[in-house]
Amino acid sequence: MKTEEIHQTLTARLGDAIGALHAETIDPWIEVQATAIVDVTRVCKEDPALRFDFLSSLCGVDAGDSIFVVYHLYSYALRHSTVLKVKVPKDTPVTRSVTGVWRGADWFEREAYDLFGVRFEGHPDLRRILLPDDWEGHPLRKEYVFPSHYGGIDNTRDYNI
Amino acid sequence: MATLQTIEMELNMGPQHPSTHGVIRFILRTDGEVIAECKPDVGYLHRSIEKIAELCTYNGFMPYTDRVDYVAAMFANECWASACEKLMDVPVPKRASYLRVLSCELNRISSHMIALGAMAQDVGAVTPFLWALREREHINDFIEELCGARLTFNYHRIGGVSFDMPKGWRDKVLRWLDDFEPAMEEFDRLITLNDIYVKRLADVAVITAEEAKDFGLVGPNLRGSGVKWDLRRADSYSVYPELEFDIPIGTGEMGTTGDCWDRFWVRCQECRESAKILRQALDKIDEHPEDDIVGKLPKKMKPQGEAYARVESARGDMGCYVVGRGGAEAYRARFRTGSFTAMGIIEAKSPGLFVADLVALIASLDVVAPEIDR
Repeated sequence: MKTEEIHQTLTARLGDAIGALHAETIDPWIEVQATAIVDVTRVCKEDPALRFDFLSSLCGVDAGDSIFVVYHLYSYALRHSTVLKVKVPKDTPVTRSVTGVWRGADWFEREAYDLFGVRFEGHPDLRRILLPDDWEGHPLRKEYVFPSHYGGIDNTRDYNI
Repeated sequence: MATLQTIEMELNMGPQHPSTHGVIRFILRTDGEVIAECKPDVGYLHRSIEKIAELCTYNGFMPYTDRVDYVAAMFANECWASACEKLMDVPVPKRASYLRVLSCELNRISSHMIALGAMAQDVGAVTPFLWALREREHINDFIEELCGARLTFNYHRIGGVSFDMPKGWRDKVLRWLDDFEPAMEEFDRLITLNDIYVKRLADVAVITAEEAKDFGLVGPNLRGSGVKWDLRRADSYSVYPELEFDIPIGTGEMGTTGDCWDRFWVRCQECRESAKILRQALDKIDEHPEDDIVGKLPKKMKPQGEAYARVESARGDMGCYVVGRGGAEAYRARFRTGSFTAMGIIEAKSPGLFVADLVALIASLDVVAPEIDR
């Protein structure tokens, strides 16, 4: 099934929760409201015409003053794929967790929280995963400044010695 | 009679533990030998590869992709190249595709050799590791002749590969394949079908097909649970539609479908399938003109847009999501790796296992620490 048809199917079932279809890109994508992402992904997984049983990837993308949470879905049964995106503002980056739909989302969401600071409401154990617990900031955000110290230790080098 | 009181204890496994396959730490809560809870702690090998991608040109990032999974570096090369090709609409010549298949399938065997040998060693059998490494050594030599490197290959290029195969290379590989196929039979007699080994792994840490999909397991781990799905067939990328091969799956032959033995068995079979692919690819590659190994590239690599490309790596479906915003560097690059999701299932599967069986579970999932942490 093409993303255009997937968009129609989802709009027919969920109405306003489904945003615009962006068909001009290489991989067409569908925008989804942050509040509706759990319902939308559940329909994606359970609707017999969609059956997205595999969360291929979940990641963040910096988009200026907001962050896109990007979901790449794939269906083993029907062999089609699609892309969903949720836009959250950078100062209050809150969306819902889809761990109840695919348990594999657990670590992906922790990674997105770690690197982008997106908070997933309903996540069972949302804490940093790749970086140390005491790390400050979220490095994949564009405004991130590389720290000159970690744990009181200077990590800059003076090449003039 | 009064029951014996037991106290749960906390056990720290790793980060420098030989059976954790790299720098990974597990915090266990155990009741004697039985695990009550296991919390994986990863990130020790995090090198911010995705951030580095935002600072390099598209071609300049290729050597960094080797470090995503250094046991099977060829696949991250291919994945990055395919994502960029999709983004910039670059064609890949047929000969280059065949060279990619050859290099990747060789790398798949060498990666599986590490997986199989290390798994046997983790549960107590030392000899198979040496046997497996002997085969891997030959493959390292072949790949060295192909691209000059034995571990971090940097062989693939956006639009193709960097070198054609050298003179006499084909015959060397074919001669080695003649030895390798019987060696796999020997390997099976030595360890795979060995009674002690089978009893050690059958029915241990069973992952059902439903769980495997739910947790996003991919590759041999997914197929070990009986799901007959391989990206090389399902997506037919590269020249795989022109090649004959089967998709081995776990069937519960020695215990239950999806147990540790099934995952081991699937990898053994995949080595044989890769050998089949290599023979066919070596046969068919000369249908395409020599030295036509890089497609036509755009004058300026400053793409606008985004693309998600997948390849079937040794550790399963590897995805690369690349976003371009008109700059010479990628705006965002993301690698979705098999080890990362495989680690996610350990916490759910380990309660009730023996500590020694956790070692078998980790080994059977073939997690590689750099691929988890990137």
